Amino acid sequence: MVRVQAVGLRVRAGRRMAVDGIDLDLKNGVHGVLGPNGAGKTTLMRALATVLRPASGELTMLGTALGSRESLRQVRERIGYLPQKFGYYKRFTVREFVEYMAWLKQMPGVDIPGAVERAVERVGLGDRADDKLSTLSGGMVRRVGIAQAIVNEPAVLLLDEPTAGLDPAERMRFRALLRESAEDTCVVVSTHLVEDVAAGCDQVLLMDKGRVLFQGGTDELAAAGEASEVGDSPLERGYSALLDRAAR
Amino acid sequence: MTHVPPALIASYAQGLSTGIDAAVIEAHLGTCASCRSKLHVPDKVLDEVWSEIDLGATRPRDSVLVRAAVWASPAMVPWIAMTVLVTAVAVVTDLLGTQLLVLLAPIAPVAGVAAAWSRGMDPAHEIVACTPRAGLDLVLRRTIAVLAVLLPVLLPLGWLIGASPAQWLLPCLAFTTATLALGTLIGVRRAAVGLATTWVAFVVGPSLVTASLPALLEPSSAGLWLIACAVAAVVVVLRASTFTRLASGN
Ligand SMILES: Nc1ncnc2c1ncn2[C@@H]1O[C@H](COP(=O)(O)OP(=O)(O)OP(=O)(O)O)[C@@H](O)[C@H]1O
Ligand SMILES: [Mg+2]
Repeated sequence: MVRVQAVGLRVRAGRRMAVDGIDLDLKNGVHGVLGPNGAGKTTLMRALATVLRPASGELTMLGTALGSRESLRQVRERIGYLPQKFGYYKRFTVREFVEYMAWLKQMPGVDIPGAVERAVERVGLGDRADDKLSTLSGGMVRRVGIAQAIVNEPAVLLLDEPTAGLDPAERMRFRALLRESAEDTCVVVSTHLVEDVAAGCDQVLLMDKGRVLFQGGTDELAAAGEASEVGDSPLERGYSALLDRAAR
Repeated sequence: MTHVPPALIASYAQGLSTGIDAAVIEAHLGTCASCRSKLHVPDKVLDEVWSEIDLGATRPRDSVLVRAAVWASPAMVPWIAMTVLVTAVAVVTDLLGTQLLVLLAPIAPVAGVAAAWSRGMDPAHEIVACTPRAGLDLVLRRTIAVLAVLLPVLLPLGWLIGASPAQWLLPCLAFTTATLALGTLIGVRRAAVGLATTWVAFVVGPSLVTASLPALLEPSSAGLWLIACAVAAVVVVLRASTFTRLASGN
């Protein structure tokens, strides 16, 4: 089932057309959005999160074209989003914050306490659930961000640089969480770390200057590289090769 | 490793094993996948277990913070508090002969309203904007929260210094609606800053200098304020969809 579909999607960030004609056809699984700084990853994620209105093109999420307020509301009930800059309320405890987000996501009141418990448990913060966010480390705050994104068990999970600041053990735990979710969820993870993609993604979307340079499996990306390219792994060489080719 | 006889596993699953038996079986099950796979817990027992766990999880948690945030986001709280404080100061100086309260009341709510829908003033704005509740109803709910705190403070204080509500209540509502209306075009924060600055520069300042109230704040101007309210409300409703997306500006 196609979860996210875009045709000729163009999205403005300020005056710049930061996403400039992208076609997408994403099904369940983990999709890595890879690209250098300024490629337009965050702008694309914001458009998929429905918080930026596309300048042109079509975007269909979960089979629904985003037009009316009602369609937007229905789609958002089934989206989870972690922005690159995750802002939060310092005085809230982990549980309070995730609970408030669950309320904003219009989850039925009776389901909220259980869902909050599960989400907090899944990111490994069960023992810190009643601690204020101001007392958590940066990586833990990031995990609260992941918890609020998954609390409504979304069908489309959008994570903008989710692994920034996570220690190696947490990174592995996070990838396991992605793998687990991927069976019935379309997960889109943006990153500029090639190793994140190598370890956790089924599909890669390589972006630069608002356009897609490559879309395919990780093995295909690796195959694009030649031994002469810069990079420590076949994937990195594939990445550099495709960016070089585009620059020429 | 010796395994647990199937009969014992079955009685354990039914919840019939007791004492040391139950403890030994449980310990073994914890380490032995093959015995675990033979463990078929009847749905009835499972339901009981789950209902107990759920009871624990659904224990009502009366978090004051969450209940308050349903009305006003935490980002708004300091701004509302600041406004209340400024109002109180205005009343004190009014008791000494100025007319600050009537002059400042119209723009009193705008700071709180700005914080209700602003990227720069609300750290969680981006994740809130992505939720189904984001939209005009949430912004209005938050605006009402601002007024619900402010008006009960303004009314008695205004009465204390002898200002009639007719003088400032309508301007107050007009500025609130206008902030939202202009906010749909340039972002609520910029709208708030723009409107408040204009008001201070062209009305509050001159009035303080001449020590008289402008005609705009005379009761006879009520019609004008009503029209302003209505026009702004129409703009807000027509452009409501901007509140379902990230706030523009900061
Ligand atoms: N608010 C804004 N106003 C103006 N330009 C912007 C704005 N936000 C982003 N841009 C521009 O849009 C382009 C894409 O930015 P975007 O944040 O989407 O990139 P990115 O791929 O996420 O980068 P990074 O890896 O650094 O996070 C950049 O050139 C950036 O300068
Ligand atoms: Mg980014």
